[in-house]
Amino acid sequence: MTVASSNGSTAAAGGPLLEVSGLKKHFPIHGGLLRRQIATVYAVDGVDFEVQPGEIFSLVGESGCGKTTLGRSLLRLIEPTAGSVKFHGQEVTGLSADALRGMRRKLQIIFQDPFGSLNPRMPISDIIGEGLLAQGLTDRKTRDTKVEDALETVGLRREYTRRYPHEFSGGQRQRIGIARALALEPEFVVCDEPVSALDVSIQSQVLNLLLDLRRDFNLTYLFISHNLSVVQYFSDRVGVMYLGRIVELGTVEELYRNARHPYTIALLSAIPDPDPRRRKKRLVLKGDVPSPVAPPPGCHFSTRCWLREQLGNPERCVSEAPKLRTLQSGHRVACHFAEDVAPDVVDATIAQQKADVPELSDIA
Amino acid sequence: MTETIVARPPLGAPPDRETLLDVRDLKTYFRVLDGVVPAVDGVSFSLGRGQTLGIVGESGSGKSVTALTIMRLLDIPPAEIGVESEVWFDGREILRIPIGEMRKVRGNDIAMIFQEPLTSLNPVFTVGEQIAEQVRLHMKVGARAAWDRAIESLQLVGMPSPKQRVKQYPHEMSGGMRQRVMIAMALSCEPKLLIADEPTTALDVTIQAQILELLKTIQQRTGSALMLITHDLGVVAEMVDRVVVMYAGQVVEHGTVNDVLLEPRAPYTMGLIESIPTVEKRGGRLSVIKGVVPSPFHLPPACRFEPRCPYAWDLCTTEAPALVPVAGADRVARCHLHTPAGESRRAAAKAHHVDAMHTGQTMKEEPA
Repeated sequence: MTVASSNGSTAAAGGPLLEVSGLKKHFPIHGGLLRRQIATVYAVDGVDFEVQPGEIFSLVGESGCGKTTLGRSLLRLIEPTAGSVKFHGQEVTGLSADALRGMRRKLQIIFQDPFGSLNPRMPISDIIGEGLLAQGLTDRKTRDTKVEDALETVGLRREYTRRYPHEFSGGQRQRIGIARALALEPEFVVCDEPVSALDVSIQSQVLNLLLDLRRDFNLTYLFISHNLSVVQYFSDRVGVMYLGRIVELGTVEELYRNARHPYTIALLSAIPDPDPRRRKKRLVLKGDVPSPVAPPPGCHFSTRCWLREQLGNPERCVSEAPKLRTLQSGHRVACHFAEDVAPDVVDATIAQQKADVPELSDIA
Repeated sequence: MTETIVARPPLGAPPDRETLLDVRDLKTYFRVLDGVVPAVDGVSFSLGRGQTLGIVGESGSGKSVTALTIMRLLDIPPAEIGVESEVWFDGREILRIPIGEMRKVRGNDIAMIFQEPLTSLNPVFTVGEQIAEQVRLHMKVGARAAWDRAIESLQLVGMPSPKQRVKQYPHEMSGGMRQRVMIAMALSCEPKLLIADEPTTALDVTIQAQILELLKTIQQRTGSALMLITHDLGVVAEMVDRVVVMYAGQVVEHGTVNDVLLEPRAPYTMGLIESIPTVEKRGGRLSVIKGVVPSPFHLPPACRFEPRCPYAWDLCTTEAPALVPVAGADRVARCHLHTPAGESRRAAAKAHHVDAMHTGQTMKEEPA
C-alpha cells in the first residue's frame, strides 16, 4: 500500500475527497472481578457519507450522538471498529503507522476546547512547530519563521511565538489551534465545535477566519457542531446524527426548509430565535436521549418519536432499522414514514402536545 | 449587632406597590491583589409583579454578579457593595437587613436557579431530602408534609414517576432532570421572584426547549416574576418582556424585548445582534465586534465600549456617556449618539446597522 504523494493524488479528481462507509466505533465497557467486557457503547453505529472537495460538510447532533467520535475516527485518532474511510480514493483505515503519518499531514483537526487542547508548558513555537518537525516540513533553523507565518495567517502577531497558552484569551487560543492545524498545509480539516466555547462576538471572528482560510487555501471542512444556527450560516451540506447514526442528510437549503426526519424537525423547532417577531410554538420532544449502551431496537429515535405516536405506533419502527434512503427532493433520510411528514401533521402534533406539566388543580 | 458604621446616605423612598424588585445604582466591587474590580458599576432596573426581565451580556459583563448581589450570596469581603446602592424587594430594602432576615427572604420569596445543576445539588442526599429540607426550613411543616410537598413539586415540573424519582440521588439523573429538580426546589415555597442564571446553557437544544417551556408555563400559572440571566439572545426573545443589556459592569441598553432586539440603539447591542449567524447572512461575512472585552483593571477612560465601537468619535474618549432616553420609545441607551451631540451621526449609524443585518460585513478591521 502506498501513500498518496504529497502533492495530493490526482487519480481521484472529480470524485469525493472523503468517502465514509459503514463506519462503526464501539467502546467496550469492562467490569466485574475479571474485568470482562460487560457491555458496549455504540458510539458510532454504521455511518455513510462523502465530502466533496471544497465543501463545508457539517455534522449536527446533541451531546452523546457520536459526532465527535466520528470526527476523530476519520483521522484514526480513535481506531474505528469497522467500516472504511477513503481519502482521495485511498483507504485510511488499513494504513500502517508510517503511511498514516504521511496521510495525517493532509488531514488535520481543530479541537473544541481552546483551553484543554494546548499544552500549557509549551511555548506557541513548540505547539505549532511540533507537527512541522514531525512531518519533516522544516528544520530547527527555519521552524520559527514557519510558525510566525502560520500565526500571521490566523490574524495573530508574529512576536507571539515565545508566549505560552495562558497568556491568550479564548478566541486567540482558538486561533492558535487553527494555526497549528494549518501550518501543515492540509487539504481536509475536521473542525470539532471550534466556536462553542466562545462568546458571540468572538465566535463571529473565528467563523469569518475559517471562511477566509477555506477560500485562500482551498480547504475542505468537516464542521462538527451542536449549534444549528451556526451550521445553517456556515455549511453547504449537513448530516444530522442521533445515537450514532446519521438520520438525515442534505444541502442546507433542503434540510432547513424541508426537513423530513421527525428528529430533525424537532431539533429545528427547538432553536431559540433572536427575532421576537418569530416567537413560535415549539415541537417539544419528550424525555431524554436513550443511553448508547442500550439503544432502542429498530429505529433509534422510536422512543421519543412524535410521528410514530401520530401514526398509532407502527410495529415497523421497533422491528426494523430504517436505512438512509434518497427521497425525491434529493436528500437522504432514515425514516420508514418520511413521506407522511407534512406541515399539517407537525401543526397537529404541536396543538395536541400539552406541556408535560399537570394543572395546579390536578395536584392539590 | 453593631456594624461598622459607614456614612450611609438615607434611604430613598420605597417604590410603588406594583413594583416587586427595584434595583437602584447597584455597585459591587471586588478588592483583589491587583486592585479593585468594579464588577457591577451603577446598575438600576425594576421589575413589576409577575413580569419577566432578561439580563443579557457576554462573559464578564457583570450579569451574574448582579444577581448574586441581589440575593446577598457574595462574601463580604472580598466583595464590597456601594454605600449608595439600594435593592427594594416587595416594599423592603434588602441590602441592609440582617443576614438572618435575608435567609428568610431567600427561598421563601426569592428563589434562584443556577447554570450547572450538578454542582448546585448535594450528591450525598436524595433529591427528595433536599427539596423537603428547604420546605421544612421555610414553611414550618412536619417531615411527612414536607416529603409530600417534595413529590408534589416534582410532579409540578413534569418529572415522570415522581414517587420513585424523589428517592433518587442527583447522579442518577440526566442534566435535564436535574434542572427540573432545581426548578422544583426553587418553586416549592412559591416565591414571588424567580432568578434563573443561565438555566439552559449546559443543556442540549431539545432539552433546553423542554426546560424553557416548563419555566414559561410555571411562571404564567404561579404568577411569579422572572429574572432570566443569559448570553443567548434567542432565549431572551422567547422568554421575557423586557431586557437589560450589560457591558463591562454597566447597563448599556434597557427596553422591551421587541424594541431592543429589533431596533437596537446602543452600538454594543447593535454589534451583538449583527454578529449572530442567520440565514440572511449566508454567503456574506459575519459582522464582528473588533477586539475583546476590556480588562476590569484597565477600563477605557470614558465610554467603555469606545475602543471596539465603529461609530466612536473624539467625544467618546473624553466624556462617559449616561443612559439617555431614546426618542419615541420607552427605553434608554448608553451612547452619545442619542444626545444632541450625536444627532448628526445617528442616521448613518442606523443605516450601517440595517445594512449589516442583511449582508453581513465587517464593522471594522479585525485585530491584527
